[in-house]
Parts: sequence; structure tokens; C-alpha cells
Amino acid sequence: MTARAEASLWIVQRATAVVLALAVLVHLATIVYAVRTGLSAVSVLARTQGNPWWLGFYLVFVLAAALHAGVGLRTIIREMTPWRGPSLDIAAVCASLFLLVAGWRAAIGLFA
Amino acid sequence: MTWRARNHPSYWAFALHRVSGLLLAAFLPFHFWALSTAITGAARLDAFLDWTRQPLVISAETGLVILLAAHLTGGLRLLALEFLAWPNWQKSAVGLSAGISLAVGLLFLLNAL
Repeated sequence: MTARAEASLWIVQRATAVVLALAVLVHLATIVYAVRTGLSAVSVLARTQGNPWWLGFYLVFVLAAALHAGVGLRTIIREMTPWRGPSLDIAAVCASLFLLVAGWRAAIGLFA
Repeated sequence: MTWRARNHPSYWAFALHRVSGLLLAAFLPFHFWALSTAITGAARLDAFLDWTRQPLVISAETGLVILLAAHLTGGLRLLALEFLAWPNWQKSAVGLSAGISLAVGLLFLLNAL
């Protein structure tokens, strides 16, 4: 990968970190609120279903998390193992795509 | 690198950020799978939520909340180090990150029990 592409990944990691910082704060607050009021399928679905704002929030959250995880895993593998080159880049893209599809599927199922 | 060079707060903050990131990445597919049970009906989600009421699962969830908070606060510390010119408060930032993470975990645990 070229130095320019590596620099782009660095920027992606920081930009997604800023989005995730806000999203995780909201997510943590939601977790504490949800467990406080008692978790049941009825309460979860009443809060989530047909809510376009939360759907939009979680689609952005999942996109940022999927990119952040893919780039982060690639960085850790490059620093701690001998694995390099296009095969690692493809594996990182696959990891991001897997998380993106699984996360969006769950978010659409819960909120749409 | 010698052990002595590693045994300082910034190294432990780096190690915790890396380990929490790896564990959170490994947890995400299971989290998405659990949420997607709601797609197939409220009964399946309720069965899953019943399963999560075991003490061992609540302990694991508390650990995950602490990991998420630790990755958040450790990430904010990194962003501050990289983008702000505040070199003299690194130890305080590490302490603050750890304190906030544990407080969030405790808040979760007290509400979950």
C-alpha cells in the first residue's frame, strides 16, 4: 500500500474515532437507561421500532465502527505479526464489510 | 524493549486500548446476532433476554461496558495527545480514563442487578 493510502487510513481511523466518541457516549447512556427500566422484548421494540432518527444514528454508528474495527485490526496485525501485503488489506476490507452488513441488518431489523 | 521501559502508565494505557479494541471487535458479531433475533419475533428476543439474566452473563456484560468505556476514554486521550498540545498531563489523562471507565461499569452493574 502506498504512503498516501496509509495516510488516508490514518485519517479514516481518527475521523471515525471522533464520530464513535459521540456515538458511544449516547450508546452507553442508552444501555444504562435500558437496563434501569428493565429489559424485555416489548420495551426494546416499543423504543426502537419505526424510529427513523435512531435508525439513522445506528446506521452511522455501525458504519463508523465497521471502518474503525477493520483499520484497527489491520494495524494491530501489521505491528504484531509478519502478515503484510494485499492479502491482509483484503482481509481487513472483508472484516469491515462483514461488520457493516451484520450491523446494518440488526439496526434495520430493530428500528425500521 | 526492556520491561522497565514498558512499566509506566502510558504503556498500560496503550495495552488496554489495544486489548479492549480487539475484544470489542470480537464481541460485535455476537452483539449483532443477538439483536437480529428481534427480527424473527419478540418471543425469540425475550428468550435471549431471559438467558442474559444469569449472574455470569451480567458479570460479562459489566466487563464489556467497562471495556467500551475504557476504549472510549483511552481513544479520547489519544485524540487529545495527537491533536492538542498538552504534553504535561499524560498521567492525569490515564487516571481520568480509568476512573471514568470503572464508574460507567459500576453504573451499569448497579442498574442491571
